[in-house]
Amino acid sequence: MRLVLHVNGREHAVDADPEALLLNVLREQLGLTGTKYGCGEGECGACSVLVDGELLRSCQVPAAGAQGRKIVTIQGLAAADGRLDPIQQAFLDEGAWQCGFCTAGMIVAAHALLRRNPHPTEAEIVTAMNGNICRCGTYPRVVAAIQRAARGGAQGGAA
Amino acid sequence: MSQWGDLRHPRDEAAAAAARPEIEPERYEMTEGAAYHFGVGRRDFFRVTGAGIVVFGVLSQTAAAQEAPAPGDVQRRGAAQGESGFAAEEALPENIGAWLHIAPSGAVTVFTGKVEVGQGVRTSLAQEVAQELAVPLARVSMVMGDTARTPFDMGTFGSRTTPTMGQRLRHVAAAARQLLLQLAAQHWGLPAAAARHLRAEAGAVVDPQTGQGLSYGALARNRELAAATYFRQGGLTPAVDWTIAGRSVPKVNGRAVVTGEFRYPSDQTLPGAQYGKVIRPPAFGCRLEHVDAGAARQLPGVTVVRDGDFLGVTAPTLAAAERAARAVKASWTPAPAQPSNADLFAYLRAHAQTPEAPALQLRGSMAAGLRAAAHRQRATYTIAYIQHAPMETRAALAEWRDGGVTVWTGTQRPFATRDALAEAFHLPRDKARVLVPDTGDAFGGKHTPEAALEAARLARGAGKPVRLQWSREEEFTWAYFRPAGVIDIRCGAAADGRLTAWEFHNYNSGGAAIGTPYEVENQLIAFHPCEHPLRQGSYRALAATANHFARESQMDELAHAVGMDPIEFRLKNLRDERLRAVYQAAARAFGWPGKKTRPGQGFGFGGGTEKGGRVATCAEIVMHGGQVEVRRLVTAWESGAIIDPDNLRNQITGAAIMGLGGALFEEVEFAAGKVHTDRFSRYPVPRFSGLPAIEAVLVNRPDLPPAGAGEIPLVGVAPALANAIFDATGERRRHMPLARSSRV
Repeated sequence: MRLVLHVNGREHAVDADPEALLLNVLREQLGLTGTKYGCGEGECGACSVLVDGELLRSCQVPAAGAQGRKIVTIQGLAAADGRLDPIQQAFLDEGAWQCGFCTAGMIVAAHALLRRNPHPTEAEIVTAMNGNICRCGTYPRVVAAIQRAARGGAQGGAA
Repeated sequence: MSQWGDLRHPRDEAAAAAARPEIEPERYEMTEGAAYHFGVGRRDFFRVTGAGIVVFGVLSQTAAAQEAPAPGDVQRRGAAQGESGFAAEEALPENIGAWLHIAPSGAVTVFTGKVEVGQGVRTSLAQEVAQELAVPLARVSMVMGDTARTPFDMGTFGSRTTPTMGQRLRHVAAAARQLLLQLAAQHWGLPAAAARHLRAEAGAVVDPQTGQGLSYGALARNRELAAATYFRQGGLTPAVDWTIAGRSVPKVNGRAVVTGEFRYPSDQTLPGAQYGKVIRPPAFGCRLEHVDAGAARQLPGVTVVRDGDFLGVTAPTLAAAERAARAVKASWTPAPAQPSNADLFAYLRAHAQTPEAPALQLRGSMAAGLRAAAHRQRATYTIAYIQHAPMETRAALAEWRDGGVTVWTGTQRPFATRDALAEAFHLPRDKARVLVPDTGDAFGGKHTPEAALEAARLARGAGKPVRLQWSREEEFTWAYFRPAGVIDIRCGAAADGRLTAWEFHNYNSGGAAIGTPYEVENQLIAFHPCEHPLRQGSYRALAATANHFARESQMDELAHAVGMDPIEFRLKNLRDERLRAVYQAAARAFGWPGKKTRPGQGFGFGGGTEKGGRVATCAEIVMHGGQVEVRRLVTAWESGAIIDPDNLRNQITGAAIMGLGGALFEEVEFAAGKVHTDRFSRYPVPRFSGLPAIEAVLVNRPDLPPAGAGEIPLVGVAPALANAIFDATGERRRHMPLARSSRV
């Protein structure tokens, strides 16, 4: 099944399996492995992407359903010149991970939150991020990173 | 097994460390193989070796139990373990060049068989090398867990990376620094006596008298660092003088992580790689009877592989592989009768392998101790099976080439995985190579080689490289579990609060930290291995969590019976100065004993020592009906000299959060050979919501060698919570997880 997907500012024509999920096509055919498989049931957030600015779990989105929409993955958040998105920089500054496997999904979810609500309260952060699991338990640092990015002002970068 | 040495109370730290085998007795996964056994390639095997005996797995458990000791020790041997759990020894290289390379550019590469699974050792080991070698941290890169390039390593477990590998690499780097100083002296024509003022700094040797400098890159050019042995060379920089180690530094691969560019094991691929899917039995213990793969084989690009009880498919995409797996019609034998979580604890007790287990620690007389007691208690604690649930499920990429196999996989034991591959496919060891990219969690759950074996078997069948990643359901079902356990305690204390008797029996969960750190004249402590329904193995902190839960809960109950403050009661019976200091640090930071300001509020304490670390946790909770709200956790920690305070804080906080799950609500439910809690929607884990305020109090002891800190910080959480619940309600909860305590 031929699909044209708009991912990270570029159009990609792919020959996808009819049953493929957006997560599969990103990882297998576009080589965008920053987006992770964590659970396959939309419970952990590791596969989070932005679709037309909306936060979605790419393990729950059929690839065909993403045609004609603008998809941004973790690998499309930094600026073309390599400048990090403020939330990526904030994660770096706070050392907000241990193994880092959930980090891509965390950053994408946090990015979506800050676009919607540039100055979230701690309670709003917890509510917005609660669909993302970190088994290393770095939640407090993720909260701190989001607060740091929020203090830093407006979001830059793509999407 | 040589396990008993691990269970004695470490009266004498050094003697205990020398006697301690590196395999804890609950490391059952080493003797429990996968559910299938390959028959492939025996002919090839005979061609390679001649008919005969599989060469791996001939030495004793005793040899297996000895991880390579630190440099300077008399014995310099490691041990490799095959799938069977037996071991073959491998000598560790003594030359600097095997561990450390300095390029003409001055770039330093360090080679270690340890792996990075979120504990931060890629950074902390680099810090230690940079410190001893006197080079900027950014110049050091680590090659980790590659069986073709790094020296043998038994595995990344047991909190051994910092105390053994860290020390080893510091010795290597210090010896290299000495060598570079000598080379510079030679270059400048200075006799040794006239070269003492030379200094190594920032990647160069400098002569402060002349102002001359020579970079390491220039000095190392065309020289054989490999010729220099490093053992028995001293000159380590004392921790009080550390400038690179001992400080918080950003993680070395941070940018790649936050941009998503970093490639974990499940992200590895090769041109033409196919996607693998293993077809699992419907329940534990089922054997494969009949396979009809006709329909699946009609699908484009699909290969079906059957080998004994192993059954799997490959296809050009994961979606196609899943469709092919569904198209395979397999029939399996019925599941044998097996216990469920409902009758688990009765089953364990009834199936103790040694009903009269030898006392691991027998001192004085229980009868006399109980006679001397003014307060006598007995109680039983139970601990559920839980899962590691690593963020990254097991994954591997395998490629066959020139009669050998290369596998990229997330494992804590790359060399054992290599040996398992060699054993399974009847290859000489040098025809199997394992590489471990930094991995998305392990927590003691990735000691076994299944994903590597499966990917290799499928790749062999497909004739192409194969990527395999377990689904979350597979991870929850077919990985191994933290052992469940039953613990019986009988104890007594005198009216003045002095402990007089301590009897402790652990059924199945394991022997880690089974002893008590408190002074008791009369002790009887025993571990009873049991037949167990689920495949079980290591988990972060092992049975230290279960044993601390039971012991520290009971200590709390004794304190109440005696009428003493729980921490004061412990201190009265505690001589270990380091542990006392940690208890006091936690109490101080928490504001113990706390003042109740609202209904349902409770405070609790739990602490202890294991693997060279000392921990104390204070908890504040509020009960809402039967529901526990954890409001605050303060954990004080001491593990000798601190290498990276920020990473240490991160580990302690993370351990506390992980500990909350096992303490409060994680529990594997299973029946008839099936795991019901096989996904996150059925097996909740800690999330952002409901987390307490968490404080890590670091007690730094730069005068003491650093110990590991990735595991033990979590052992105080469960008892601190149980004791806080008692403080709030007067109710003793003796089952982990506590929130489901009423079920027992």
